[in-house]
Amino acid sequence: MNLMNEFTKGIIRENPLFRLMLGCCPSLAITTSVENGLGMGAAFTAVLIASNVAISVMRKIIPDNVRIPVYVVIIASFVTMIDQLMHAFTPALYESLGIFIPLIVVNCIILGRAEAFANKNPVIPSVADAVGMGIGFTLALVLVSAFREVLGAGTFLGIPVLPESAPAILMILPPGGFITLGCLLGLMNKLQKKTT
Amino acid sequence: MTTSNELLVVTSSPHVHSPDSVPNAMRDVLIALVPALIAGLYFFRLPALAVIVACVASAYAAEIVCLKVMKKPQTGEVSAIITGLLLAFCIPPHLPIWMAVLGSVFSIVIAKHLFGGLGQNIFNPALIGRAFLLASFPVAMTSWNSPLDGMTTASPLGIMKEATGQALPSLVELFLGNISGSIGETSALALLLGGAYLLYRGHIDWRIPGSFLGTVFILMSIAGGIKGAGIWYPFFHLFAGGLLLGAFFMATDWVTTPVTKLGRLVFGIGCGSLVVLIRLKGGYPEGVAYSILLMNLVTPLIDRYTRARVFGRVKSHA
Repeated sequence: MNLMNEFTKGIIRENPLFRLMLGCCPSLAITTSVENGLGMGAAFTAVLIASNVAISVMRKIIPDNVRIPVYVVIIASFVTMIDQLMHAFTPALYESLGIFIPLIVVNCIILGRAEAFANKNPVIPSVADAVGMGIGFTLALVLVSAFREVLGAGTFLGIPVLPESAPAILMILPPGGFITLGCLLGLMNKLQKKTT
Repeated sequence: MTTSNELLVVTSSPHVHSPDSVPNAMRDVLIALVPALIAGLYFFRLPALAVIVACVASAYAAEIVCLKVMKKPQTGEVSAIITGLLLAFCIPPHLPIWMAVLGSVFSIVIAKHLFGGLGQNIFNPALIGRAFLLASFPVAMTSWNSPLDGMTTASPLGIMKEATGQALPSLVELFLGNISGSIGETSALALLLGGAYLLYRGHIDWRIPGSFLGTVFILMSIAGGIKGAGIWYPFFHLFAGGLLLGAFFMATDWVTTPVTKLGRLVFGIGCGSLVVLIRLKGGYPEGVAYSILLMNLVTPLIDRYTRARVFGRVKSHA
């Protein structure tokens, strides 16, 4: 088993957002600032690692025909923990991410990794897979939100980088999310075509 | 006889050649825009000239760069000039130049080329540019200056909507264009001249502007009747804002509007109803741009349901 391979595939080659097109909903909704992107990515990665480990450990005792409800219960427990932790320690971030923290429960990347990877592989590769995917998704969120925050609010991580009148508010409104994600996807496809 | 390397091009019938071509039609549209251009320049002077030049030049440059990057043949530059000009016509004359350039580039790159280029875009690029600017820079896009003296003022529709107590311009002023507003929408007379030229040359179908303006007129007459306003009320709504510009030059865009005759009537009635709805009940004083964009969105659906019956085909037994 190539552990390094399981780890690196999630970052570029099978990037959840740009290559697998999973997790579009939070990626469009919360990427209005880099801080949100980082926070979401961290919460997501923590839940993904924990759920991948738990599911991988229990993969032999989970009955096959009720596995999806079991995954959801496992993921929901970890999401609840993260939700409470963020509420206690990062209240501002918790406020701005809002409903999208509880919604990690039904995040298709986490369910997808459970079904496609953790269910079939031992614990160590599952951790490598989760860390790789988590970093890949976080990088993707940061990339999208960096474009949106700089162009739409004129700041980067809250630090002003553009003159006062410059930012185009559209970019932090929903259309800006679709435009940014679409352009980045097109660019990725173009780059991938060139390398292969 | 010398052997030639040229291949004989074999195409299917019909073989009739029409002098109508895309460049010719585009040239006619440019000619039709000249009266409104002159009116805009007369009323808003140098700021308008700067905005128009910036929009047209940046649209043209964006088109050339896009075609080069996408490795497509260099065609359709005239259509980019028209897009730039139409965008300049529907933004305020005192808009900062860099915003105008940004809107123009957005029109060409995002609304036109990312959707596949000339003939493939589902939305009118100039209106997307305007919608982008309005959503991005709401303050700059709704600051109006009165013509000639350049004083800050509200647009006629804004005065009506917010009931600020300012005097409404008279119908004659509205008709000639001595009102605040976007560069190209001031003079109803100039727009009607341009529209008449396009109709005369057969480039646009009377059904769209006809049903569009007719719907607005009828619904506004009813609304005016309910309010107890006189016959000037529907005329005021016809001449104010971007209605004539939209009805003649944007709602008739060949690419983004239905191809069937019935579909065009439906399209015009839809645009007209939405304009009335936005002007009377919506948050914005003016809704021509959004109503046309919304109807662009349903154009494929309209075409699908108004498609002519194919003769000679037997109904299949379900």
